[in-house]
Amino acid sequence: MQEERRLKAQKALDKQAAYEEPVDFDRFHDESEDHPYLDNLQELPEAKQKAMLLAGVDVTEKERAGTFIQEDHSVIHTSVLDDGVEVLSITEALEKYDWLENYYWRAVAVDADRYTARTELRGRNGYFVRALPGVKAVYPVQACLYIGQEGLLQSVHNIIIAEEGSELHLITGCTTGHDVGSGMHIGVSEIFVKKNAKLSFTMVHSWAEEVVVRPRTTTIVEEGGVFLSNYICMKPVRDIQMYPTTYLVGKNGLARYHSILVGQPHSHLDVGSRVVLQGDGSRAEIIARSLTKGGTIINRGHLVGEVAGVKGHLECRGLMLSKEGLIYAVPELEARVDGVDLSHEAAVGKIAEEEIEYLMARGLTEEEATATIVRGFLNVKIMGLPADLEEEVQRAIEQSEQSYL
Amino acid sequence: MLRIEDLHVQVGDRTILQGVNLHIRPGETHVLFGPNGSGKSTLLGAILGFSRYKITRGKIYFKDEDITHLSVHERAERGIGIAFQRPPVLRGVALRDLLRISCQGNVTNIEELAEPLNLVDFLGRDVNYGFSGGETKRSEMLQLLVQNPDLVLLDEPESGVDLENIALIGHAINQLLQKDGFLGQERSRREMKEARKKAGLIITHTGYILDYVPADIGHVLYEGKLSCSGLNPRELLGCIHKLGYGECTRCLA
Repeated sequence: MQEERRLKAQKALDKQAAYEEPVDFDRFHDESEDHPYLDNLQELPEAKQKAMLLAGVDVTEKERAGTFIQEDHSVIHTSVLDDGVEVLSITEALEKYDWLENYYWRAVAVDADRYTARTELRGRNGYFVRALPGVKAVYPVQACLYIGQEGLLQSVHNIIIAEEGSELHLITGCTTGHDVGSGMHIGVSEIFVKKNAKLSFTMVHSWAEEVVVRPRTTTIVEEGGVFLSNYICMKPVRDIQMYPTTYLVGKNGLARYHSILVGQPHSHLDVGSRVVLQGDGSRAEIIARSLTKGGTIINRGHLVGEVAGVKGHLECRGLMLSKEGLIYAVPELEARVDGVDLSHEAAVGKIAEEEIEYLMARGLTEEEATATIVRGFLNVKIMGLPADLEEEVQRAIEQSEQSYL
Repeated sequence: MLRIEDLHVQVGDRTILQGVNLHIRPGETHVLFGPNGSGKSTLLGAILGFSRYKITRGKIYFKDEDITHLSVHERAERGIGIAFQRPPVLRGVALRDLLRISCQGNVTNIEELAEPLNLVDFLGRDVNYGFSGGETKRSEMLQLLVQNPDLVLLDEPESGVDLENIALIGHAINQLLQKDGFLGQERSRREMKEARKKAGLIITHTGYILDYVPADIGHVLYEGKLSCSGLNPRELLGCIHKLGYGECTRCLA
């Protein structure tokens, strides 16, 4: 099986991905020394702790169900604080569980493109997070993928499983060291939401100006399952291209994608969300907020209805905060049978003068008025997270806002 | 308090106001009538300094200071407030947060002010999002109560509002203008009138709001100019009912 996979990957090493200029791998290197394992995360240098916090990862592990930290290629910490969840490196997990082979490259095709292929052949580590059947984890599990070396190509393979009837929240923070300017991150994530399980997956990207990012994520949701995906990227980054996709295969599944994108000058973000509604009564919602300060944001959304009676809505709003920059919204609706209910609304523009002046008439300066409207625009209250987690995400956004808005 | 001299205002290429003169003293409440499109909202917008209203000639003085070229926020800071006729929706901005920011933490009893306006449940909602006509107007009044301006500009406070809500809004206006509000009336009417410093300028089409808010002086804005200035508002309203605005052309001639 493994042989077969590697062969497929070999053949796909040059396979062009959609929506991108192929990345020249030679600009990066994937040699890195191993980093020592830490029992206590607070031994990490303060600068690293700070970088992780900006990505929503708290080294004190207070109010966390578990933690996974990978620096470059080394897993430097894993912990479990809730008996109902498992947190392992994928390498360890594959050794431990034979059955994991059935999940490995099942949601994402190993030969999907040159990035998945390369991850199979040269990838190192990644995480395995699982909620056992019926377990409702109160606190979120946090995972951090950290690039600490200039020019490093980090490529990881993650698997998340919310077993039947479980509830799991995962915060993934991807970030670079404060002295790292360039690098590349390829992240393959395969997510499985079993019958009547609920998973919220919140990913905060906090990269640096010359970092190139290629996540490859697919989620499979079974009957009655709920998948909430939140994606936040506000810091400068060279180039991100991703199009995470969810298949609602069972009856009454629900998927919601919510993304907050800030296009800093010289950044290029091509970010989409796709939901394929295959199960009876399944529902999907895609909400995107894009704001450019001079960068390019291409915001794609795609809803596919494959059985009658499914419902989906796509909402995409973009704000130009700069004369430079570009926001390109591409909402797509695809009905493959009669009787699906898919809709979208998209609006792109600058902040309405009328709204600014309304606030100024209440005594706010123009800057305060603009900031208030921008904060409202990026409001996460609609993400559908538990109150504590929402606060957490709000804090991460505020951290980014303070630094980058 | 407010003195407007020979004000000419353009919107786009069109000249809307053509030489408006107006003087509002402390404690006075003025009412502005006029047909649709005569420039009433333009006058209010120009007093606040909104960018779409371009002042081409004339001056606006507030508390003896020339504010003709000040920004909207500077005018608000000096004590001018406005209730919008059709305010914009602010998605993601809770009414409570807007109130807190606008008073800079000086008002601590926001709930108390919201209560009589039946707005306590609205404090957590996005400003004007999904508000009915009456709710929007009440929210405008609450924002003004928190802001507590010296000159209150009200653009059709009763439009799209049912009778019950007009009474609530009327009360709030009286509170703003130091007439009789919700609070106790330990002073006589004469004392209250003499102590009154707040001034108001109210645009109304129907005049219904005058059933609740006593006003001193009425004006008709007609074809970009004020005519009939200085009359008793109720008398003026009666005359408009009887003769229509066409009568105004005779005064302008």
